Amino acid sequence: MKVLIKNGRVIDPLNEVDGKMDVLINNGKIADMDKELEAGENVRVIDAKGKIVCPGFIDMHVHLRDPGYLYKEEIASGTRAAAAGGFTTVCCMPNTKPVVDNAAVAAYVRQIAARTGIINVLPIGAITREQKGEQLTEMADLIAAGCIAVSDDGKPVEKAEIMRNALEYAKMFDLPVLSHCEDLSLSRDGQMHEGYYSTIYGLKGIPAAAEEIMAERDIILARLTGGHVHICHISSQGTVDLIRKAKAEGIRVTCEVTPHHLTMTDEALGTYDANTKVNPPLRSAEHIQALLAGIKDGTIDCIATDHAPHELESKDCEFNLASFGISGLETAVPLIMSLLDKEFDMYRMVQLFTAGPARVLGLNKGSIGIGDIADITILDPDKIKTVDPDNFYSKGRNTPFGGRQLKGWPWMTIVNGKIVAEDGRIIEE
Amino acid sequence: MALAQRKDLLGLRDMSREEIEMILQTAVPMKDIIKRDIKKVPTLRGKALVTVFYEPSTRTRTSFEIAGKYLSADTVNLAVSTSSVQKGESLRDTIKTIEVMGFDVIVMRHAMSGTPHYVARNTDMRVINAGDGANEHPTQALLDLYTIKEKKGTLEGLAVTIVGDILHSRVARSNIYGLSKFGCDIRVVGPSTLMAPEIEKLGVKCYYDLEKAVAGADVVNILRIQKERQHSGLFPTLDEYANLYMIKKDKLKKAKEDVLILHPGPMNRGVEISSEIADGTQALINEQVTNGVAVRMALLFLMMGGTRDESTN
Repeated sequence: MKVLIKNGRVIDPLNEVDGKMDVLINNGKIADMDKELEAGENVRVIDAKGKIVCPGFIDMHVHLRDPGYLYKEEIASGTRAAAAGGFTTVCCMPNTKPVVDNAAVAAYVRQIAARTGIINVLPIGAITREQKGEQLTEMADLIAAGCIAVSDDGKPVEKAEIMRNALEYAKMFDLPVLSHCEDLSLSRDGQMHEGYYSTIYGLKGIPAAAEEIMAERDIILARLTGGHVHICHISSQGTVDLIRKAKAEGIRVTCEVTPHHLTMTDEALGTYDANTKVNPPLRSAEHIQALLAGIKDGTIDCIATDHAPHELESKDCEFNLASFGISGLETAVPLIMSLLDKEFDMYRMVQLFTAGPARVLGLNKGSIGIGDIADITILDPDKIKTVDPDNFYSKGRNTPFGGRQLKGWPWMTIVNGKIVAEDGRIIEE
Repeated sequence: MALAQRKDLLGLRDMSREEIEMILQTAVPMKDIIKRDIKKVPTLRGKALVTVFYEPSTRTRTSFEIAGKYLSADTVNLAVSTSSVQKGESLRDTIKTIEVMGFDVIVMRHAMSGTPHYVARNTDMRVINAGDGANEHPTQALLDLYTIKEKKGTLEGLAVTIVGDILHSRVARSNIYGLSKFGCDIRVVGPSTLMAPEIEKLGVKCYYDLEKAVAGADVVNILRIQKERQHSGLFPTLDEYANLYMIKKDKLKKAKEDVLILHPGPMNRGVEISSEIADGTQALINEQVTNGVAVRMALLFLMMGGTRDESTN
């Protein structure tokens, strides 16, 4: 079926496009783009007046929990959450049970995604066997099975020697190594950002230095090896500064930031609501300012949710016993849109969700051009809605943003030319 | 907010000066009851109180229990080590079980900060925080304030030095919140590794030198040093700690002559406090315990026996 998206403002930073344009989709591909396209016969016309038509949004950091933790999330529910949240592609982390540390598990993930998923799912393989930080995975085999990066996310690779070898080895395949930076000796038993509010709330702090020390180590190893290190979910001013400096030096380092680290401070933990518990922790306002500066000057390459869904029992308990993580897919876009104008413009935002992650991972995605696969996200910048976790498609309702009213929401998600979500609801076949 | 309108007592941080004064005033007649031959008034007859302590405690738990009994409430102690917690029951289920037995108030201690807050959100019972992690221990601070006020006649403008492990101390935090509402000159002193980050933003002065910190002090409140902190590398040895921070006579030379010595107990003699001080005339450690019962009686009375029920009946 043909679909014609009319009257929208097309923003495609990869092709440096920003303007009113019609987009014709045929057979899952972009068939034509022009100022004014005629509908013709058998064409479904979508009036996108006042809407922003973008390349499909990519979230390079989600936890879909399959295999092993289906009570937290499934690929079916996680991809629906993603689609409702405006994403057409997600990259899923390998910290499942078993770990995605070999081709068979990667193949399993792709198979389940093909069968039950409704958007593109690209698996990330582990850096080391069972994420133990000791023996490298068979990266060539993982790539052959569809992995687009490696990461031991959730755990740092503690030994510098192993990280060095990983960067050196992954370089052969031009494979990015996604690093969860955390010095465990500094963060041990920590519950929140170390600072004024950890003093007030009496919760053990996690100093920003726990992230910065490992980020600095990984940058030094990237310089040494020439490998590409991507620093996951950066949360501190120091990390932004280190990456800015490293980029200026020409080191192959990229990074992502989550919506929650940009929009909520550590003050929020005063309720002891475990939905505010996340790793790295929500930090202070100064850190948020530094992250925003990093977005503005290009130090930060992309936004990723670190979508970490949990079952109720993991969060409905004593704060110290609660799991870390925020269910982020269904709030990411509106949270970032709530920062528009004040902090950065729509063009930059779209870049962070499209060209940014596509470049980091070397994906042939993130643009709208004639002949491209029709993965499209359409935004409604005027829509005002209140976050309601009870209406999430994700099994994880663990969000600290419930009840927050936000302006600017995804309006339509198109994957492979097919409309999969409209106005926050999934269109099932 | 009047105490009777308050469902829970979770900490002093968000409590008003008026509420604190009301508790301290009410504790005065309560202390008289303790001294009577027949130590029982019918005020809380028909009310039920349960103490649930997830951390060892003798004085706080016993104090709440006897305070309830003096006021004729039925009091029960849930022995956590023999309860179904050991069978893996979730806290939420434990609390629900207690609630449906009809208890009016749960007095709770927990090693993890914020647990009473979590419980308070999930139960209709009133929740009194008897110490949560490194967050607050409001009734300890209230009894400290009572003890100081009883001796000094006022709290206004006193210089109070809190000594020891500030980082992990709920007693320190609750005292800081309480004392700061009375315009006290609050100083905290201890090794830099046991100092809480940005503590000065709470309006206290931070010292590493004990003698400087106690200069001119009206009150020295000594915190218990937990020996396991040494094993986690926060200070080298108990000996060095004692050398630097143990309260003994010659360290108090610059303090006011009538300086009061407080300690929440249990004491580590020879570590944070010397025996000459612990057993000396200025130490109020036993009086603190008596006052603790009075203050908790006052609190229970104000929260449960006061106007709320009468006005809604």
